[in-house]
Amino acid sequence: MKTITMASTWCEGCSGCHMSFLDMDERLVELIGKGLVLTATPITDLKIPPMGTDLGIIEGAVATDHHMEDVKELRHRCKMIVALGDCAVFGGINTMRNYFTVDELLHRGYVTTESTVNGTPPTSNELGKLLPKVLSVHEVVKVDFFIPGCPPPANVIYHVLNELVEGRVPRLTQDLLYYD
Amino acid sequence: MSKKITISPVTRIEGHAKVTVYLNDEGQVDRTYFHVDQFRGFEKFSEGRYFPEMPVITPRICGICPISHHLGAAKACDEILDVKIPRPAKLLRELIHMGQVIQSHAMHFFELAGPDIILGWDSDPALRNVVGLVKANPELALKAVRLRKYGQTIIEEVAGRRIHPTFAIPGGVNNGLSVEKRDRLLKGIDDYISHIQEGVSIIRDFIMSHKEESDTFASFPSGYMGLVGKDGALELYDGAVRMMDKDGHVIDEFPGKYYLSHIGEMVDDWTYLKLPFFKPLGDKEGFYRVGPLGRLNVAEKISTPKAHEEFKRFKAMNGGKPVESSFYYHYARLIEAVYALERARQILEDPDILSTDLLHEGPVRCGEGVGIIEAPRGTLIHHYWVNDDGQITKANLIVASGHNNWAMSKAVDCIARGYIKGNDVPEGVLNRIEGAIRCYDPCLSCSTHAIGKMPMVVELYDHAGNLVDARKRS
Repeated sequence: MKTITMASTWCEGCSGCHMSFLDMDERLVELIGKGLVLTATPITDLKIPPMGTDLGIIEGAVATDHHMEDVKELRHRCKMIVALGDCAVFGGINTMRNYFTVDELLHRGYVTTESTVNGTPPTSNELGKLLPKVLSVHEVVKVDFFIPGCPPPANVIYHVLNELVEGRVPRLTQDLLYYD
Repeated sequence: MSKKITISPVTRIEGHAKVTVYLNDEGQVDRTYFHVDQFRGFEKFSEGRYFPEMPVITPRICGICPISHHLGAAKACDEILDVKIPRPAKLLRELIHMGQVIQSHAMHFFELAGPDIILGWDSDPALRNVVGLVKANPELALKAVRLRKYGQTIIEEVAGRRIHPTFAIPGGVNNGLSVEKRDRLLKGIDDYISHIQEGVSIIRDFIMSHKEESDTFASFPSGYMGLVGKDGALELYDGAVRMMDKDGHVIDEFPGKYYLSHIGEMVDDWTYLKLPFFKPLGDKEGFYRVGPLGRLNVAEKISTPKAHEEFKRFKAMNGGKPVESSFYYHYARLIEAVYALERARQILEDPDILSTDLLHEGPVRCGEGVGIIEAPRGTLIHHYWVNDDGQITKANLIVASGHNNWAMSKAVDCIARGYIKGNDVPEGVLNRIEGAIRCYDPCLSCSTHAIGKMPMVVELYDHAGNLVDARKRS
């Protein structure tokens, strides 16, 4: 059987797109039966996708230096990149923070919030550094397929994966394009 | 030579996290850190928005429990209008909340943590996932998929869509339930209850056959917090906040809107996730746990029969004292899922559920509002301040997994100390460290409103910080 290998990652987002992926319900089991292979994803334990993985799916926008590295690494390892959901495609709700400076955001989050007691913003080198502005994925790496929606409904994700598993180039017609 | 071990990303959890373990010269664990690597800024960028937008903006904090944020926000908005919402609206909100609990708890047990239990901690990492589960036990896997689907279907039928619906609004809800939809949702509910009871049997049998490891798995004393209803019953939608000390005494019970006098948050430099604590006990002694284990520890009963039957077994596990082992989160979680299904049936059979009395409107009467609800992972607090035009001037959020931040760090440290001996660190041990975090089912995108995923590397550092060795898990 011909197989399609896929990896996925989440950057700045809410994991709702991955939930919508799971919302394929029994059809996810069907796709696996047809030859879809999950390599490194948040629901499996492989941490690095193998070089030459067919499909790299990215949920979420690029908001920190860690996201920047993740997205570039996935592009390097995968033949095709899919931007899944409004955050990956446009930046999404995260871009509401682009009206503020990083300092203003961290100051509210870790200093002035009413329940916070004697806080200062975390600075550990283990943590990603916030980029001044949240970026969409295609501003960082080349994207092959865009699937908008917040989140894209499961039937749209199924359509795209099923087309790829059956060896066709997926196209989103009007009835499969969502922008909310 | 001291060493540092990094697990990154932590997988099969919902969020961005990594764990670093520092070893001392003798190869023993010196310190363990649980880093949550995401900050989003909702508390800042909500400023200036018109308050009825909050039930639509805040669910984007988390796609796994969007309903909790949707409803927490709506409840805060109800307070800003100073209205009591009509009973049918409250029932419909609670119904989608039960749908959320069913899907979230079922997904966590079968698809995220279940593979460790059903396939084994030390099983092949390439198969230790839901796909491996499908191969090992297709019948069980399909039931799991259907359970999650049922929870999501409740949300879809009642609120219009599965993820990020626009249903709850300040003062009530914007859509009623038809007879046809109600009848569709009631169909088959007994089968789903028996599916989840099968899950309960799996976890209970596992605990009984692995009693020692289960009882000692990241087990430590702490306080516990959760909402309770009438007579101290488990409550997920609306109730008083109850705080219990490590010995099982109720030390505080307060209406959610006074949370600021009872709960503070401290900030640590190594994580974007703040650490909440119970103010009267201070930031050294005041740590507590929330979520399924916290809720069942503080509750005195469950109002539905099948869940209550299992609840009695749970309470007997530690002779009526609080259950301390992190592993029991899995058991508590499935007992709650039984409750959520039974409660969903009660709501669907309530005559008011078909009523069209769904909304109490009004002007902005109150300058602030607090919405508090039990999300699948624990107590969720939304607090908004508005001006006379209804614009948000300030927002403060304390999110479910945040309350468990201290406990997750503690749990990781317990496992690291218990299992890492010297320089040989087998993969299965690293998986147990992650497993300790998975007990808490953290939803880290939530908790930092500000979720693991990156290569798993073990990096060994000497005193001077030079990388001397690295091993990769792939």
